[in-house]
Amino acid sequence: MHEALSRRLEDWPALARRALFYGLLLAAALTFLFPFLYMVSTSVKGPRELYSMNLIPREPTLDHYRALFTQIPIGRALFNSALVYGLQTASVLVLSSIVGYALARLRFFGREFVFNVILLTMMIPGQLLLIPLYLLIVRFGWTDSYQGLIVPGMVSAFGIFMFRQHFLTIPQELIDAARVDGASDLTILFRIIWPLSIPVLITVGVFTFMGGWNDFLWPAIVNRDIAFQTLTQMVTLYGIGGQAGGQLGAIMASTLVAVMPMIVLYLVFQRYYLQGVASTGVKG
Amino acid sequence: MARAEPVELPRRPERASRGVRRRRGGSNPVGYLFTLPYVLFFAIFTAYPLGFAFYLTVHDWNIVRAVRPFVGLRNYERLLADELFWRALLNTGIFLAVHIPLQIAVALLLSVILNQRLRARGFFRVAFFLPFVTSGAIISLVWLRLYADDGLLNAYLGLLGLGPVGWLSDPSVAMSSIAVMATWKNVGYYLMIFLAALQAIPDQLYEEATLNGASAWQRFRHITFPLLNPAFILVVILSTIGGFSLFVEPFVMTGGGPLDATLSLVLYLYQQAFQFLRMGYAAAIGVVLALMIFLVTVLQRRYLEREVGY
Repeated sequence: MHEALSRRLEDWPALARRALFYGLLLAAALTFLFPFLYMVSTSVKGPRELYSMNLIPREPTLDHYRALFTQIPIGRALFNSALVYGLQTASVLVLSSIVGYALARLRFFGREFVFNVILLTMMIPGQLLLIPLYLLIVRFGWTDSYQGLIVPGMVSAFGIFMFRQHFLTIPQELIDAARVDGASDLTILFRIIWPLSIPVLITVGVFTFMGGWNDFLWPAIVNRDIAFQTLTQMVTLYGIGGQAGGQLGAIMASTLVAVMPMIVLYLVFQRYYLQGVASTGVKG
Repeated sequence: MARAEPVELPRRPERASRGVRRRRGGSNPVGYLFTLPYVLFFAIFTAYPLGFAFYLTVHDWNIVRAVRPFVGLRNYERLLADELFWRALLNTGIFLAVHIPLQIAVALLLSVILNQRLRARGFFRVAFFLPFVTSGAIISLVWLRLYADDGLLNAYLGLLGLGPVGWLSDPSVAMSSIAVMATWKNVGYYLMIFLAALQAIPDQLYEEATLNGASAWQRFRHITFPLLNPAFILVVILSTIGGFSLFVEPFVMTGGGPLDATLSLVLYLYQQAFQFLRMGYAAAIGVVLALMIFLVTVLQRRYLEREVGY
């Protein structure tokens, strides 16, 4: 016991270095988390301490949440976001994997050309298409509607790329065996390849869903009607507009409601999500 | 310069198969059928808008007027003479000058730390990555309060006897404040790119270097740093594109002010299109913006790319 202690004491410079290292790292982590802690804390602070520096509320209250739910139809916005981006994600998974399957597994003239076009379109900056796409949506009569939000994102070049790369690695014997049994290409894709592609499906799905959910610009352009606003859009407009009337607590409560689903989604699918991030990096 | 000796790299496992077995030699019609969703989508939502974008720029296209005269290159001429456009470009330059070095320094440092054996690595990874998965628009509302003149940041500075700083109200500070916030927001993403690159470096390079008496710094300088070059370029290019695309942060926090100090190119495009309804002019801004992004990233690739030899 004594010996162990004295050995540890002799080692104290290393120990101190480690303590300092972890101390600094923890401080860095808390700096990164601070805005989130501030959101949570302010959303439950009482009226008299709203602007105080301490993060732990002395008079915790849920009043801001009550105020929020009576002031704006945030439940509706939550529903809109879930519906719009849920459908969009489902569409991206189905359509992009069908295209990815064709590009990886079927032989036809022009295949490489299509793949190169897809790679090229991934490099087009969104701002270039913003105005013409908006005018297209106006012409379709899709402003203030779900279509205007869903349809322009129903196929994803990124998704096709990811699926193609993964489908190339599926052993041909599996596909041949299914074909001998008389399976069609759709059956092969959805019954044989999909179950072997869960990580990619999750990666593409989470990316698509999060990308949509977090977007402000596109919904702000095509939707003015509050009935069709997405959660991110409604909360952002609530925060910068006059509606909140300087109610800091309610604004922070609304930001937390908007951000929470993404944090949960990230924590649940972390492994796949980070894989996806790494692979977007690898392609460059 | 001492260079790492060439080492046989473990090759990636070969793809199981090229996927395409020659079946009767010709084209498989199912291939066309399956590609159809993309072709249709591409035609309607990419190719057509792309062409339409250029068409718009040579017209005076006001969305509420029926007459949209052809104006040739006048939109582009006007753009070149537009002080606000140049101001927005300058602002983008300021943003990038703060954002890129800061982003690389922080992301690289954190990735090297996370690449080591570490207690509670999961916690740290989540902490650094969390800002990236949240919406920029939403999180800007939070920073708006933190950066406010009477906000928390100034309150804490006050405790130290410093400040107050006009984070968003001082024209000479505001763009840098936004760049710092954008770094906080995105660092997790770039950190992961560096981390993936770090983990791809074979351990034996380090082992051999250590056997040959290389110090930790020498190993970093001559092995890690050169081998990170592709990741490094990617981070520079992606954060440059991010800088040119800056929109929600100034939209939410400053509206482009004070004195246009945070007016970004996309914010200017948005204002021209949706406040002044000048669709042709806004489309011209979009075209020029895309060209600039293309040009800058090509130049960056050209001047930053180094031969990577093991």
